[in-house]
Amino acid sequence: MAAKTLTLTTCYHCGNDCADEHLLLDDKDFCCNGCREVYRVLSKSGLDNYYAYNDHPGANRTAKETRWDYLLEPTIARDLVEYTDDQLTIVTFYIPHIHCSSCIWLLEQLNKFNPAIAYSRVDFLRKQVNIRFNNQDINLKQVVEVLNSIGYEPLISLQDVVKKQTLSQKDDLVRKIAVAGFCFGNVMLLSFPEYLGISSFEESFKVFFGWLNMAFAIPVFFYSGFGYLRSAWTSLKHRTLTIDFPLALGIIVLFVRSFIEVYTHAGSGFVDTLCGLTFFILVGKFVQRKTYYHLSFERDYRSFFPVAVQVIEEGGERPVPLADLQVGQRIRVRHQEIIPADAILLKGEAMIDFSFVTGESIAVNKTLGEVIYAGGRQTGGALELEVVKPVSQSYLTRLWNNEAFTRSQDQRIETFSQRVSKYFSVALLLVAFSALAYWMPTDTTRAWASFTAVLIIACPCALALSTPFTMSAALGIFDRNLFYLKNAAVVEQIAAIDTIVLDKTGTISLNSANTVQFSGFLNDDDKRLICSLCANSSHPLSQLISRNWVCAHPAFVSSYYEVPGRGILGEIENCEVKIGSARFVLDQDKDVNQSNNTEVHVKIAGHYRGYFSIQHHYRDGFADLKKLRQQYKLYLLSGDHGHERQALSDVFELPGTMYFEQTPQDKLDFISTLQTTSHKVMMLGDGLNDAGALKQADAGIAVTDNVNNFSPGSDAILDGRSLKKLPAFLKFSKDAVRVVYCSFGISLTYNAVGLSYAVTGRLSPLIAAILMPLSTVTIISFTSLATHLAAKTRKLL
Amino acid sequence: MSILYFLIGCSVLLALVFLCAFFWAQRDGQNDDLYTPSVRILLDDKPPAGEEK
Repeated sequence: MAAKTLTLTTCYHCGNDCADEHLLLDDKDFCCNGCREVYRVLSKSGLDNYYAYNDHPGANRTAKETRWDYLLEPTIARDLVEYTDDQLTIVTFYIPHIHCSSCIWLLEQLNKFNPAIAYSRVDFLRKQVNIRFNNQDINLKQVVEVLNSIGYEPLISLQDVVKKQTLSQKDDLVRKIAVAGFCFGNVMLLSFPEYLGISSFEESFKVFFGWLNMAFAIPVFFYSGFGYLRSAWTSLKHRTLTIDFPLALGIIVLFVRSFIEVYTHAGSGFVDTLCGLTFFILVGKFVQRKTYYHLSFERDYRSFFPVAVQVIEEGGERPVPLADLQVGQRIRVRHQEIIPADAILLKGEAMIDFSFVTGESIAVNKTLGEVIYAGGRQTGGALELEVVKPVSQSYLTRLWNNEAFTRSQDQRIETFSQRVSKYFSVALLLVAFSALAYWMPTDTTRAWASFTAVLIIACPCALALSTPFTMSAALGIFDRNLFYLKNAAVVEQIAAIDTIVLDKTGTISLNSANTVQFSGFLNDDDKRLICSLCANSSHPLSQLISRNWVCAHPAFVSSYYEVPGRGILGEIENCEVKIGSARFVLDQDKDVNQSNNTEVHVKIAGHYRGYFSIQHHYRDGFADLKKLRQQYKLYLLSGDHGHERQALSDVFELPGTMYFEQTPQDKLDFISTLQTTSHKVMMLGDGLNDAGALKQADAGIAVTDNVNNFSPGSDAILDGRSLKKLPAFLKFSKDAVRVVYCSFGISLTYNAVGLSYAVTGRLSPLIAAILMPLSTVTIISFTSLATHLAAKTRKLL
Repeated sequence: MSILYFLIGCSVLLALVFLCAFFWAQRDGQNDDLYTPSVRILLDDKPPAGEEK
């Protein structure tokens, strides 16, 4: 064994250990045929350079078989391509495996494989490749096959959210910032002589500068700042006061007063303040908008389900888009494919893995004529099914008709700035009108001057900036800790919660990493027998056992019999071996005893030898969740059976905090029940079965091992490795909200100082020009410093 | 001092040229992907010396 470890080699292509298989080509080692084939394809095309940029840049290629026939179907292809005419087709694929510079290099050399591919460009951060090809010489399916042959299998789904997100972002915010910045810079320069003072001799310049400034103010007002005016107007129509209202008021007053001053030669106006204000609040908006283009937070069942289904018709199979699937059609579902709609099993041996739907990781056997619910994954041979319900009506997708999926996500928790801006606006108007009323009887000009000055100086620029800058700094810190938030508002949502609901399988326990322990005694010969027998079964538990006990020389199984859902029986070397449930092996009802783990019993030659217990592994930091009990209510909602109740009770010790065998609808209902008792709920889940609950919760967090995989629609995506940091994340989000409070306090102080000048009606443009950027700079530097400091104390940096 | 009118006109014109250049770059998609080109520039068309078999 020791000698074997020493000679253990790593695959030249993917870098995995060549444990089971060991293949050679050109003096290079490969772990599997797939990896070797990729190497062969690359070296044949003279693209060995791929390996020169990085060691082992490839993906493991064991056992991946995908059928792309559906790409030939015009209706499906039309939804995928961006542009096509009779010559050229442009398509963008999302390729999760893009991870290093070698990938960029290789994917941009696609024309070496097929000259019909004219152009390919990689967007590394979004993990996308844009391909243009001549559709006379090559079709979409062949392009995908080229990609697949070199180890870059694209992830194709009809709900391509990645593309949609980039499209929706295409407004002209950056251009508005550019215009505002351009005008701001020029106006500052042109206001310079005014602040220094112009002698009467150069009075003509004053008029010139004034009008030039006004010229710059026009694009700022009508283009850059116009969005604020419009949104203030709509919010007024809905009788709500948002932060945009005082901002818009400030912008209008600045513009009008500047115009009047310049027109009447009364002064130089506040054009620099207007431009600066617009510029800074637009920058704040830009910062707030920070998103992770490569992650998708809005997903429904369509991204989990196959793009097309093989429908059996007279004369063969035909791929049909999922949406066109009709009741009564016969479909074929192959190994590792997902059942797209509730259907009756007609032919084939069904071993359905429902971990997607219920969280139960052990495959379920289904008999002919039984209804199989959508969302299960077949883990055996091909099946023939008859659809009994349309996709949109099936068990799992019915969830999507729930109102949780239709309401606007951003309105769930009123953010601090929303709450404050109401009072702020009212207070602002109150001060302004008091100043107007105070001066009116004595001095009309002064009255108007003070009225407008109050509206100018109190314009909540700093308030509008403190939230975006704090939250985006927090977003960056979460990002470093592998916690990706949909947008900045989610930080406040997380800070507001008081109840945490966890899913079990995939969220706090790992689906794949289970340990098998044997209680009893076995000699090496027995182990060999068990292993040989288990290798014959496709049942996940058998697979698990045979994987754990790799035996060098498998024995010949002379007879083999499998009772679905019970166990396996076989004769090996004239010795009867029986492996399975207690009921099957011992003819007794031991299944229902108090054991916490899944058990597999073994009987060899009529003697009971003991049992395997399969223990689920909990994620790192699961025990740390105990700390959360002091501040939060913890609940567990699992679709699984309750055989791990004991192991979990350490964290969920209070009675009535663990719920098992929950359907997706149950989970959603549970969350909404909590919410009706005015709890703010955070849900952590992983699969499609949690999707409803994630949507319903005030903060839905998808836990995943690979953030580039499909994860259900949620507010945030948490890498499983960072689950242990959850208590720190929660504390830090509260810190971030506190930073916003403090910066608001600072901003109010500036406003108070400014107001004391403003109410007298003697606000000079110079003071406004100094106060506005000064408060902005203070707020921005305070928020980023304070947020980083908070992250340090929470050990997140 | 009337030269100031001319000079300011020139400076504003120049600034406008830059603004237009930025608009063009933005429309052209030059700011869409700010990472990949930085890697792409380091990748050679021919294999690096010494790496050839």
